[in-house]
Amino acid sequence: MSTTRPSTSFKFRSGSFHALVVKPEIPIHAWFADIDGLLTRSPGFFAGKSVVIDVSGLTLTKPAFLGLLDELSKRDIRILGVEGANPSDLDGRVPSLARGPSQRPGVAEAPAAQTPAPPPVSSMLIDAPVRSGQLIVHPDGDVTIVGSVASGAEIVAAGSIHVYGTLRGRVLAGAYGNQRARIFCRRLDAELMAIDGRYIVADEIEPHLRKAPVQAWLEGDEFKIITMN
Amino acid sequence: MAQVVVVTSGKGGVGKTTSTAALGAALAREGERVAVIDFDVGLRNLDLVMGAERRVVFDLIHVVQGSARLSQALIRDKRIDTLFLLAASQTRDKESLSDDGVERVIRDLRPSFDWIICDSPAGIERGASLAMRHADLAVVVANAEVSSVRDSDRIIGLLDSTTDKAKRGEAIEKHLLLTRYDPIRAGRGEMLGVDDVLEILCIPLLGIIPESKDVLHASNMGSPVTLNNPASAAARAYEDAARRLKGQQVPLVVPSDKTTLFGKLLGRRAA
Repeated sequence: MSTTRPSTSFKFRSGSFHALVVKPEIPIHAWFADIDGLLTRSPGFFAGKSVVIDVSGLTLTKPAFLGLLDELSKRDIRILGVEGANPSDLDGRVPSLARGPSQRPGVAEAPAAQTPAPPPVSSMLIDAPVRSGQLIVHPDGDVTIVGSVASGAEIVAAGSIHVYGTLRGRVLAGAYGNQRARIFCRRLDAELMAIDGRYIVADEIEPHLRKAPVQAWLEGDEFKIITMN
Repeated sequence: MAQVVVVTSGKGGVGKTTSTAALGAALAREGERVAVIDFDVGLRNLDLVMGAERRVVFDLIHVVQGSARLSQALIRDKRIDTLFLLAASQTRDKESLSDDGVERVIRDLRPSFDWIICDSPAGIERGASLAMRHADLAVVVANAEVSSVRDSDRIIGLLDSTTDKAKRGEAIEKHLLLTRYDPIRAGRGEMLGVDDVLEILCIPLLGIIPESKDVLHASNMGSPVTLNNPASAAARAYEDAARRLKGQQVPLVVPSDKTTLFGKLLGRRAA
């Protein structure tokens, strides 16, 4: 074994990180109106989050695209990178992100890489009430709460969220991109529920579902809630 | 060795100072040695409610900053000689409270008292967090209305995460004191019921203090209600709460429309 030191002292490693992927829709001004509505209801929605803009499928001119970036930064939405854009349109303002193998057809793949092992799933169990002001974030799987979630508390999970108590706060299931995530609670009194970015606020929840045991899931883009009696 | 109690709520105006004075006096009346400390630096009130405002020479800030000794700053109550007050400063702000200074005051008080009751300021800022930091147990004061209950819930979360005891991995004991409770308004649905509040906060109930003119009157007289009018319903509720704090089993009756028929008649007449 060689004991020669490498000639450079750089260290590289690959890492994967969680980011919120936002996909603008045409017409852009209407989409921004929706964003503004969201920010009015929850001003901190994007605060401290890494955001990736996915413009694949959109045909934007370079000025329109740079305008989009300006509008986002006006709203204090910090962009980590852009996916699906022509790198020359970016003007070097934000990095262009490529989504792995499909963008690099020339690279020969080992068979194992084509069926990647599913990421390890871990679930989080909280055996106490979640109090107002507490934020629980679990980027790896489901969250189960044996107790109530208070008004003003927030649960963010990559998977489903189970509340064996009254849900009065805000819960965001499938928050890192999982349409199949669900929300279960023994008694619904939530301020906001979201699955994979689709959300519903208290005012939009039908009265007969209030105080009932429910489950919520996504059917396409539609937010479904039924009682579990 | 004293038990350190923090009386806290998050929201202002729910009755922390009144409850600190009433519980302190009730414990002291039973022979316990009690020190009550006003942590509301800049907006002090406990001295008024205790009727000691004309005898404050040195206060908590002087002791924290080392310019007075504890023995100089502790004001003995005129009515009960086991009850002492450490007043807050009105001219300084909460930034004058240093972490080390507060820790030293609590440490120095512990051997000489049975109870140290810290009256927390409203809010969740520095004053409130220092008042709760050294507590062994917390009395969470709440009114039966949604904003107070939500703020109390937030405070319980902070008690469970930011106190010294919580940081050592121990559970901090928390008790709910429901104040200004009006069974008539609760019966009409204008207030939350006792069950609703308990369901949300999930901590044991220390007592229910009925809304009462006696409390306001006592505060204006500069006397804890448990001393000023011991026969009043509010004073008896505080006495019971103080006994439960000591670990005694005292049955708790939730005031209802029926049990306060007299009050109901009065309430109607006033309405």
